[in-house]
Amino acid sequence: MTSFSASPHPLMGRRALLKAIIAGAGIAAVPGLAACGSDSGGTATDTVSFGNNLSDQVPKDAITAVINAFQSESGLKVAINTKQHEQYQEQINNYLQGKPDDVLAWFAGYRMRFFAEKGLTGDLSEVWSKVSGGYEPALKEASTASDGKQYLIPFTQYPWGVFYRKSVWQQRGYAVPKTLDELVGLSTKMQADGLVPIAFAQKQGWPGMGTFDQLNFRINGYQFHVDLMAGKEDWQSPKVKEVFDTWKRLLPFHQENALGREWQEAAQSLQQGKAGMFLLGSFVAQQFKADEREDLDFFPYPEINPEHGQDTVEAPIDGYMMSKKPANAAGAAKLLEYLSTPAAQATYLKSDPTAVATSNKADTSGYNSLQKKAAQVIKEAAHITQFLDRDTDPRFASDAATNGLNAFIQNPDDIDSILKGMADQAKTIFTE
Amino acid sequence: MTALQSPPEPAGTTEPSSSSRRTKRRATALAPRDKLILGLMLGIPALVHIALVWVPAFGSVVLSFSSWDGIGGFEDIEWVGFQNYVDIFTRYPRFWPAFQHNLIWLLFLLVIPTVAGLLLAVLLDRQLRFGRLYQSALYLPMVLSLALVGFIWQLIYQPEQGLLNNVLGTASTDPVNWLGDPDINLYAVLVAAGWRHTGYIMLLYLAGLKSVDPALKEAAALDGANAWQTFFRVTFPVLKPVNVVVLVVTVIEGLRAFDIVYVINKGRNGLELLSVLVTDNIIGESSRIGWGSALAVILLLIALGVIIPRLFQVFREEGRS
Repeated sequence: MTSFSASPHPLMGRRALLKAIIAGAGIAAVPGLAACGSDSGGTATDTVSFGNNLSDQVPKDAITAVINAFQSESGLKVAINTKQHEQYQEQINNYLQGKPDDVLAWFAGYRMRFFAEKGLTGDLSEVWSKVSGGYEPALKEASTASDGKQYLIPFTQYPWGVFYRKSVWQQRGYAVPKTLDELVGLSTKMQADGLVPIAFAQKQGWPGMGTFDQLNFRINGYQFHVDLMAGKEDWQSPKVKEVFDTWKRLLPFHQENALGREWQEAAQSLQQGKAGMFLLGSFVAQQFKADEREDLDFFPYPEINPEHGQDTVEAPIDGYMMSKKPANAAGAAKLLEYLSTPAAQATYLKSDPTAVATSNKADTSGYNSLQKKAAQVIKEAAHITQFLDRDTDPRFASDAATNGLNAFIQNPDDIDSILKGMADQAKTIFTE
Repeated sequence: MTALQSPPEPAGTTEPSSSSRRTKRRATALAPRDKLILGLMLGIPALVHIALVWVPAFGSVVLSFSSWDGIGGFEDIEWVGFQNYVDIFTRYPRFWPAFQHNLIWLLFLLVIPTVAGLLLAVLLDRQLRFGRLYQSALYLPMVLSLALVGFIWQLIYQPEQGLLNNVLGTASTDPVNWLGDPDINLYAVLVAAGWRHTGYIMLLYLAGLKSVDPALKEAAALDGANAWQTFFRVTFPVLKPVNVVVLVVTVIEGLRAFDIVYVINKGRNGLELLSVLVTDNIIGESSRIGWGSALAVILLLIALGVIIPRLFQVFREEGRS
């Protein structure tokens, strides 16, 4: 009997040990995996390693085409190291501290500056001095960290807007709403027609941030968005409360059970004509077949506060950074320079026509109607924002913001306590 | 363990002499070579255990007093004292729900699967026909990882196509969103976790029952005890060591629960658990190592708070008997 009572100890020990080994291996594997990519060509100076986060088949093929074009043009070899899109973001911290690839995918905004200021990515001022003629000043600003140096080469960009099917709207005689009241009127009409007015999905935790952003800068303006994201404004202020109150007013027009739905499913309800509108980035077109994309159109979010009109557009920039100590610095610079060219961006956009080029020299004649509109909307905007989770501290975005928005969607009547929770967390995170 | 509880040496023999006497006695029993081998066999695992379990655990405790984003070396760590704990208790909206869910989880596992597992074990111990088959079938879920269990039950709980709503006949009219409704999804997940855990408990009790001396039961029967009395007065008390194992296993299982909720919805929206909060804060783009470590320490303290008093009690009783 005593032998039985003694048995849990070695058992527990072994299990705990195994767990520790597995955990250790898991942590070690992160930089280890990254090292595989860069080590394979580390010795040869004609190879550049390339960290790719475009893991879905279509964009992956598109970026591979770009890399192939670079290889034949420059004579350099590129070792592509692809990681699943969400995983890439989750592991970025360990990845950058391990042995990152020479050139690696990332996003503009606070998210870029955070790592640049930690000294985890390489200074690209030299490359920028060669390529700055190809970018508008706003893009240069979006690539610059607080030390005045550039750390990102912008590649493509996509606007957020309210998407709809032209055929459905024509058939029912809907008109693009210019103000919040018109949006409410249109939604009411859609409901009467048996449509879900606004498709909505929040299972992934970020699409709802888009709605918050739009309402926030339409009501409070661009500068308030920037300050709020930087932790300089209070989440409990009446200005933020007004954003949520407005959202609450619109919530009955949103698709129900959003927390259990992924954006792809919401996009399909738009595609099938069950929903009238969907606020998302233009990548929503990926859920449409090529011949249906011409039927897809969008409008910038309606005006709410006349003081700000529709002056801001959310248009996140995807781009490339260089690692802190690239194995092949000259090759990495060449690849980054190539990625800034209109030719490279056009090659990519041919396979993934849901975004637009960031180069101002890009040839827009090959764009489809959606891309033309996207380029025009971005060009006309006075201010460009990235996105909530790209404009604020990732520690705030991934936990406090995501769960705060989820709690609001779940219980729209609890705005005050939810905002208190978000404000408290913002205070701890931004003073840390 | 009994040695720990033994009364102090009689006065006159001082501590060093008592221990040297003991070594002397041992030395006669073990040759130097045996001592070396024994030392190595105990020493190496002990060192590995300390290096891989206690050093990281202690590291977590130390880091829980810091504010660190995981970037750079030790010189970048800022020490903040108990600030993380204060903030977690007062300002972190996800903490108390997660804490509560963990306790519900623990309580549920301690009651339902334990009772069900014991019942099944007693039934299977009666040499039923096809007993082995039942035994394997009931144990089978334990072989699956919790992540897989989560996946299987997602198919059952799906609102429109899922098995449960179709069996209940509510699929087409008013489907219950078993995993999406934050008021019920915790219990829905607990059923899945309990389904898996029951087989484990059953096996532990079955092993215990097999080792119960049949003579005891016979004696009880001769004394005129009925089946209930035999079980509760004779068999169950003999199973006490198994109960300790079950308790320890269940507490560990209850507190490390993670994969099943993470598979279902990343531990959000009603399925928050402390382990999820630890992961959310430590792994990912946004590392808050200090904050996450503080959460992990809280989890560790809960586990110790449940297990240690129970173990003390058991060993004290054993020492007495």
